[in-house]
Amino acid sequence: MLNRGSALGGVLGSFWVLVSWFGVATTPAQAQKASPPAASVKLGIVSFLTGPAASPFGIPGRNGAEIMIEAMNGGKVPAPFNKVGFGGSNIEAKYIDETGSAANVVTEFRNLVQRDQVDAVIGYVSSGNCLAVTPLAEELKALTVFYDCGTPRIFEEKPRSYVFRVSPHATMDNVAAARYLLAKKQDVTSYSGINQNYAWGQDSWRDFAGAMQVLAPKVTVDKTLFPKLFAGEYGAEVSTLLTSKSQVLHTSFYDGDLEAFIYQEQARALDKRMTIIATTGEAAIWRLRDKMPNGSLIGARGPNGPLAPDSEFNRWFQKIYSDRYNIPPTYPAYQMAMSLLGLKLAYEKAKKGDAKPTSDEVAAAFKGIEFEGPSGSVKLAIGDGHQGISETAYGTYRFNKEKNEPEIVDVMRFPAECVNPPAGINADDWIKEGMKGAKC
Amino acid sequence: MAKQGRIAASSALLAAAAVAALVLPGWMISLATIAFANGLVVLGLIVLWRAGLVSFGQALYYCIGAYAVALVGRWTGMTDALVLALIGGGSAGLVAFGVGFLLARYREIFFAMLSLALSMILYGLLVKTESLGSTDGFSVIAPTFFGYAPHQQALLVALYWLVLAICAVAALLVGAYFRSVGGALAIPLRDNEIRVEFLGMSASRLIHTKLVISGLLGGMGGALAALAVGHVDPNMSYWTTSGEFVFITILAGAGSVVPAFVGSLAFESVRSFAFAMLPQLWQMLLGSVLLLTILFLPQGLGSLIMRPRWRRDAEAP
Amino acid sequence: MLTAFAILVDGLVYAAYLFIVAIGLTLIFGVMKILNVAHGSFYTFGAYGAATAVGIYFDRGLPDAGGFLLMVLFAMTLGLALGLILERGIMRLVYGKDEVVMVLVTYAAFLILEDIVILVWGPGSYATYQPLLAAGNIEVGELILSNYDLGLIMVAALLAAASYWALKFTRYGRLLTAVIFDRETAAAFGINVKVVYTVTFVIGAVLGALGGAIMAPKIAVTLGIGVEVIVLAFAVVAIGGMGSIEGALAGALIVGICRAAAVHLVPQVELFVIYGVMALVLLIRPYGLFVRAQPRKI
Repeated sequence: MLNRGSALGGVLGSFWVLVSWFGVATTPAQAQKASPPAASVKLGIVSFLTGPAASPFGIPGRNGAEIMIEAMNGGKVPAPFNKVGFGGSNIEAKYIDETGSAANVVTEFRNLVQRDQVDAVIGYVSSGNCLAVTPLAEELKALTVFYDCGTPRIFEEKPRSYVFRVSPHATMDNVAAARYLLAKKQDVTSYSGINQNYAWGQDSWRDFAGAMQVLAPKVTVDKTLFPKLFAGEYGAEVSTLLTSKSQVLHTSFYDGDLEAFIYQEQARALDKRMTIIATTGEAAIWRLRDKMPNGSLIGARGPNGPLAPDSEFNRWFQKIYSDRYNIPPTYPAYQMAMSLLGLKLAYEKAKKGDAKPTSDEVAAAFKGIEFEGPSGSVKLAIGDGHQGISETAYGTYRFNKEKNEPEIVDVMRFPAECVNPPAGINADDWIKEGMKGAKC
Repeated sequence: MAKQGRIAASSALLAAAAVAALVLPGWMISLATIAFANGLVVLGLIVLWRAGLVSFGQALYYCIGAYAVALVGRWTGMTDALVLALIGGGSAGLVAFGVGFLLARYREIFFAMLSLALSMILYGLLVKTESLGSTDGFSVIAPTFFGYAPHQQALLVALYWLVLAICAVAALLVGAYFRSVGGALAIPLRDNEIRVEFLGMSASRLIHTKLVISGLLGGMGGALAALAVGHVDPNMSYWTTSGEFVFITILAGAGSVVPAFVGSLAFESVRSFAFAMLPQLWQMLLGSVLLLTILFLPQGLGSLIMRPRWRRDAEAP
Repeated sequence: MLTAFAILVDGLVYAAYLFIVAIGLTLIFGVMKILNVAHGSFYTFGAYGAATAVGIYFDRGLPDAGGFLLMVLFAMTLGLALGLILERGIMRLVYGKDEVVMVLVTYAAFLILEDIVILVWGPGSYATYQPLLAAGNIEVGELILSNYDLGLIMVAALLAAASYWALKFTRYGRLLTAVIFDRETAAAFGINVKVVYTVTFVIGAVLGALGGAIMAPKIAVTLGIGVEVIVLAFAVVAIGGMGSIEGALAGALIVGICRAAAVHLVPQVELFVIYGVMALVLLIRPYGLFVRAQPRKI
């Protein structure tokens, strides 16, 4: 007969598989029992809920979604977004963790679209995941809005039909950083960079150095450091920078690494010698507080947080977010809110009568859309109408001792067409060729 | 008698799996495809495992197979899935052959760590290569099957069947290898290498062969996974990827061939299930399930991981 | 000249970090022959524990030195408790099974503990910088060194000396060495190997937690800090040789200095340094630097 060991193993293994598939298969059934499917809109929200990217990006993104969806379902969002849910249909959200390999992320995307039958997916922090999910979204004709990932490649590689990104991509951050630096520190002669050794860090540095090369070719580069992502220990890097003659240090470090670096460099007074430009610094100021060096140049991946234009919409958003989560919203929360608003607007534009609009109809309505939200105004002007551009802002950090609050002062705003590539040209090429067509 | 029974049972399982593709929803087929592709890598690990070697660097071959497919597809426009899979497996096998001259000298944790070091070196190289997208990776073209270019569901099913076929062939071949002299010597190698040498066999040559086989299988698995996921990135060479394969192997039990695929499928399913049930605490669920499995299914694992001082079961390959 | 000095200091600091993290792992590995993946969890719990302790203590006007002490003691207690719970609760159930199964158990434990961290401390990150900044800094020419880093080097050196002394000159240390050499013979001599296991595991846990605690002020204590630490610790153990404290020290020093040199002189290879060093060392010494004479078993 069959060998007992392998037979038992095989039976138990099959049992396991059956049980887990049963569990997996019944999950959507349970979800659907909760509410009548026809009357509601299902959204899949994907962001990092575990791992080191959770705290700075994934969780604020998730919270931003939660609070906005709640406000939408209650009809409480300021006009013209004050219809309940999406066009009167209640919004149901399913939150998924973005953690895992590309295979996991793609599998979970497919699960959201095919198993859970969501009407749209909003999410993704990691550029790698955005790139992995895009072809699948196109194939499945699944409406997808990327809220945070920064790579310009998504719409540069191929025209897309169902994938959108309301948030401007990362080129804007670094071009604006260069412009702000040169506006505030005309006497800079040399700069260095410390960026994480992966696509985000490499792209950020390339864009910044490229922009500096165009705007101020006489300024030289001294140290180019690329520590490992999440290295956490930067002693050698700080030493290297202490021996450098640069006046400015560019970094695209974000939260965990940024905090570690700031603490370690503070202990060794590096910021007394170099001004730090932190392109994503805004997300960390609420935790770093007085430890973030005064005089640092801070970016927020767009007009978000303290760099957002002072409007009633912005104040409303800040209030509902802080009331719930006890901390002001940082830029991932803003990006998520803007993405949801964009989708809502497109949905309501496409909806005719009582019937639910199809993905094609919403996509057609989404293309080229323009609106104003807590981050100010955005227009999906490039990437064939799928990629948003907006103005951006940079400021200088100051910790207000009397009020015991972080502040960003000396804010400069850059119009969208100044720091974003125009339609039809790759971001990389645009910078290399001298940023032609920039309207500042 | 036993052999016929086994062939019948395996064929029935295979047929059931193939037919299932016609009724199951797309997401299940996709999950199974990726799981079976990973199962090939696990099979490669089992080949080494039986000789007492734990490789923490299978991700190297997985990644080479995947990138080979992605690059060949991009540069030459070749889209036939079978050809791509063979190219992927072949490239990884070649690398395994080269690397094997070094690796075959090491044992135990040093073998594990050296194999890990090699996969991390590839990772570092890929991360530094901005033209290949660095950590963002790049996408893989859609495969065709002997001229037939399906889309959507048909593509899923076609790829699934191809993966099933390759897995079946691999299982048969590896099973045959286990019954051959080289394969059967795996257990003696693990127990006492010196005596194997006394028998006149070269231990390092045997291990070198096993390394090449595991590299081939790892590369095929990576190639098929690349086609299934549609995207490759350097993370496929990271040590956590290798670690995952190792854990699936331990879970599945390293004695025979079929558990490699069943174990892989079970792991993927449970992980997906954990994601859906507890989006923020899925690690706990996965960990608990793993723990309970180890504790309560000792026969599933124990009979397959044999120690010299245990009663030796008549090992059925 | 200054660069050479900087490389030396940076190398020593990084080596101190590696050594403190790896020593617990090499002990557990040497005695019990298992790759304890949960070592990353000990590190994590130590760091979070330190964060909690620092949060309670500092900013109250109490002397700084007390804060350091509290942080370390609190973390070590956490490590002790965790090590005991893990060992008595879970590891004990799988002794006797193949070492590989035990590794999977530690991996499962690691996954569960990662989520327990979320349950206890939430997914946010914690700032523990007070001890780092309170220690001040010292100028050496153009270079400014952090006193905390220098303290780290001293702690690592003390730890190395203490463990060396403990292993060589205390009765228990010699028992441990005997078990590392040959478990079966040690048992035949009447050593209670089970108790040795428990004690070793707990010591390893405490050391892992200590590593997390003293690194916590330098980093942002957040999810995932335990993951990279695992492979770094394994690499150091592989370079140094299993179960060898001198090996862990040597391995840490080599990797630390090489990495510092890379960052200062050839930053492009920084990513490869630890793996390159490991591969090189293994090429020359296939069993690590400090390998015990192994009797050939025929």
